[in-house]
This record gives sequence, structure tokens and C-alpha cells, in this order.
Amino acid sequence: MAETSEVQLLKGNEAIARAAIRCGCDGYFGYPITPQSEVLETLALLKPWETTGMVVLQAESEVAAINMLYGGGGSGKRVMTSSSSPGVALMQEGISYMAGAEIPGLIVNVQRGGPGLGTIQPSQSDYNQATRGGGNGDYNVIVLAPASVQEMADFVDLAFELAFRYRNPAMILSDGVIGQMMERVVLPPAKPRRTEEQIAAECPWAANGHGLRSRRPNVITSLELESSVMEQKNLHLQAKYREIREREVRYQTVDLDDADYAIVAFGSAARISQKAMEMARADGLKVGLFRPITLWPFPERELAELATKVKGLLVVEINAGQMVYDVRLAVNGRVPVAHFGRLGGIVPDPDEIVEALNAKLVNA
Amino acid sequence: MKEEIIISGFGGQGVLSMGKILAYAGLMENKEVTWMPAYGPEQRGGTANVTVIVSDAPISSPILSRYDTAILLNQPSLDKFEPKVKPGGTIIFDGFGISEPPTRTDVSCWRIDAMDAAAELKMMKCFNMFVLGALLRIHPIVSVDNVMQALRKTLPERHHDLLPLNEKAILKGMELVRQL
Repeated sequence: MAETSEVQLLKGNEAIARAAIRCGCDGYFGYPITPQSEVLETLALLKPWETTGMVVLQAESEVAAINMLYGGGGSGKRVMTSSSSPGVALMQEGISYMAGAEIPGLIVNVQRGGPGLGTIQPSQSDYNQATRGGGNGDYNVIVLAPASVQEMADFVDLAFELAFRYRNPAMILSDGVIGQMMERVVLPPAKPRRTEEQIAAECPWAANGHGLRSRRPNVITSLELESSVMEQKNLHLQAKYREIREREVRYQTVDLDDADYAIVAFGSAARISQKAMEMARADGLKVGLFRPITLWPFPERELAELATKVKGLLVVEINAGQMVYDVRLAVNGRVPVAHFGRLGGIVPDPDEIVEALNAKLVNA
Repeated sequence: MKEEIIISGFGGQGVLSMGKILAYAGLMENKEVTWMPAYGPEQRGGTANVTVIVSDAPISSPILSRYDTAILLNQPSLDKFEPKVKPGGTIIFDGFGISEPPTRTDVSCWRIDAMDAAAELKMMKCFNMFVLGALLRIHPIVSVDNVMQALRKTLPERHHDLLPLNEKAILKGMELVRQL
């Protein structure tokens, strides 16, 4: 392959595209929207269909793209789409169908400010939509929140692995900061796309027409009109979600050992909060950082434990307060949990976070 | 070593690409770098700025409240970022169209008339390289050699005939910049 794994300077969006090619992605379907258009642009530039055979298609809409994911994932292929908030809103029906039919696939959301068409500037206001399952029915999507360009690259393969392990859609919930910024990145090692034989062996459920002489046809659907069967199906899904909650929680901590207060933040807000933490420490305030990497499953046990060690938590999000409710559920009233956020595409700066920490917790 | 820089001006002045070349040169010196742009939907004429951090240690936030160095290429940028330079820091501004030059006395202020020089030498497309030259004269964060390497890597090959002109602009910028 022409791509090398040397240190490169890439935008988060470019890293996603390059990592997809390198981790054996079979197909990308997407529709351009700021601030994630570089994903499709980079794929078009690199023409992976000429090297790995990966399909890249500009769909006629986000609704079409997510249903192409349903088809591709249903035949056992590693397929993905990317969009930004309004586009991901359009995809919610398809994501619910994928969850219901247990189809793996990767959805990347490089969030921008809403509601509606909103703004093209960064935001984290799709947290609720991502972590609650934004469509109808009782379901969850595995949600990874990268905080660096390196994680944008690394999480593509991880998301595919999780999606196929649990036959469930996985999402990378990023934002306009991580998507647009450039940092040094080492791309993951290249691996080939899976062969038809490998897919047949690993995905015996796939409706791909292979092995029909030796098995019954696979039927993939979310529809079941017999309620007693549908309840069993739901119970099966809930058991699967419990297993994911048991096994797949990921998080990072910084300087919590001696901390009197902790900031809880994900994605770009965690990066900015880390700077605020450094500034507060320089002023003698012992602050640490807890960064959920999986937003669903949420690190509730770890946060409950953290609440026994600190005097209070500040949840910093680029939204009006969404993850703060998950933190409060986890902490269960043990210590004060305050929220700080900016809205509409305004990204908080480290100064504001230090001020909020002092005003809402330390001097409250 | 850690240098926190804001470069701000009009869209079309080469603000983002100047930052990118600086970040790229930092990468070639094995430093940690972040490049964080902020701009509106328009390609030219709107406001554009980019935060570039070059550091020996891992970088936490790509977004800052205060800067070591501010490179300010129009009056609105000067108005916005002059108060956000750390005491002891550096302001470099282009004199073109500036009616109210910086007034702070706790930072070092440098002026370069890069817009005028670029127009006079018919090198308008290299405007940002004059300014980059000024920065490297005041703070040699990266070497000119590595900037040239970065240009070679980031410019499409069909534009490589412009490399000597860019180098000339960098050297000229180093000459032209004056402390207030």
C-alpha cells in the first residue's frame, strides 16, 4: 500500500478516512456536510477502490447512506458512514433498524451546533441522541468519544471490532474541534479486507448468498408481528447490552490521585479541561480529570467510586448539560455535581472553565 | 520549550496555511504540534484565525485563552487578540490598514509592512511567508530549512517552482520586521 505508518500531520477527519482504508473497511457511504466533509474528500483523493477494493460512494442523502450501511452490514461487510449533527439526525431511523436487526456498522458524527441546521461550528449537543439511541425502540449504540487526532485514527478499527463482536451499530462521536484540528498521528498498521470465506466463517448470520447449499437462508429484519416473540427478541437485546456494559467501559484519568475536585469531560471538552486543570493546579487547587472514552456504555461504577474521593465534580460539555445527568445518576447525590458549557458553536476556553470550577464548586 | 501562537487575519491572507507550514516544520523537528482553525463559511474576506502550539511535551488543549505570540494581520484581529497576549509575550502585526496600533507596554511589539512589500515586489501570493519570516527572526521556533521542507511537503508538486520565491519572501520578512 502507498500509505505508510510514519508520523503525519493530519486533520481528525483525514485520519478517520485513512484509518478506514487501513483497517480493511469494505465500504463508505456518505453525504457531504461541514465540518466533516474532509472524510469523503480524503477518500475520493486516495481512491481506495483502486488499491484495497473499498467502495466509496457519495449517497443521494443521509437517509440513503444509512440504509446502504444496513445492506452492507447485513451481508457481513465492514461498512461506515460519516456526517455531522443534522445529517446524523436524518439517519436515526436507519440506526434503530440496524440495532433491531442486529447489524454491525460504523457511524461517525463530527458534531456541530444545533438545533436544526444550527451552525457549522463545534458542539457536543448530540450526546443524548447518541447515548440514548436516537431512534425508536429500546436500544443502544456503542459510542466512542475520541479526544485527539490519534484516537480518531485508532477508534475506527476498534469501533468495527466492537460492532462485529456484538452485532450492533457503533458510533464515533466526535466534534468540529477534533475533526478540523491537525495533530501528529501514526496510522494503525494496515490489514487486508476480509475475504468472502472469512466473512462466511465469522458472520454465519450474514445474508450474503454464500453457503446456501449447506444452510438455511438468513433473514435479516427488525420486524416481528408476534409480540411474544418480539419480547424475547428485546430481552435478548437487553442481555447483550448488559454484557457490553460489563465488558466494554473505557475511560482515562489524569492526576486524580491527590485531587480535591474533578472535572468530567469527553472529547474536545476534555482536552480544554485538561489545560484548565493545569492552570488550576498552578494556582494551588488540586484538580483532576476523568474522561469517559465510551459514552455508552458509561463508566458509572468508576464515577461512583470517584465521588467517594473528591469534594465535587464539574462536568464540562459543549452543550447545555447532557452528560451531567449520567454523572449525577452515577454519583447519586454523594457530592455536588455542577455543569459548565457553551452553546451554539462557541467553544469554551480554559479560563472560563477555571472560573466555573471556582464559582460553582470551590467557592459555592 | 512551548510556544502558544495565534495567527489571525482575513480569509485569503494565507493565515491557515502559514500555521500549517509552521506546524509541519515543528513536526519535522520531532515536536508535538496542534493546529486549530476557526473560520466562517466564506473562503475569502471573512475572518480567519488559527491557533498553533509547538511544544516539547504533549499538548493538552488546542484552544487557548492567552498566547505567547500573536500574529495579527488586520485591525479586527489586533483589537480582539492584543489583550490576550501573555505579559512578556510578543505581538507581530502587519501595518496595512492599521489605524490603531498596539499600545501594550508589557509585551514586545513588532511591525512588518508585509502587505506593502509583497505588493511592491509583486509577490502577493507569498504575503504569509513574509510574515512567517518575521516570526522566525523574532522566535526561531523552527529552522528555515525545515520550513522549506514543510513547504515542499505541503505544496502540490505543480507549485514547486514557487519554492525559491517563498524562501525569498521568508528571508525578506526577516529583514523587514521592526520592533516598535
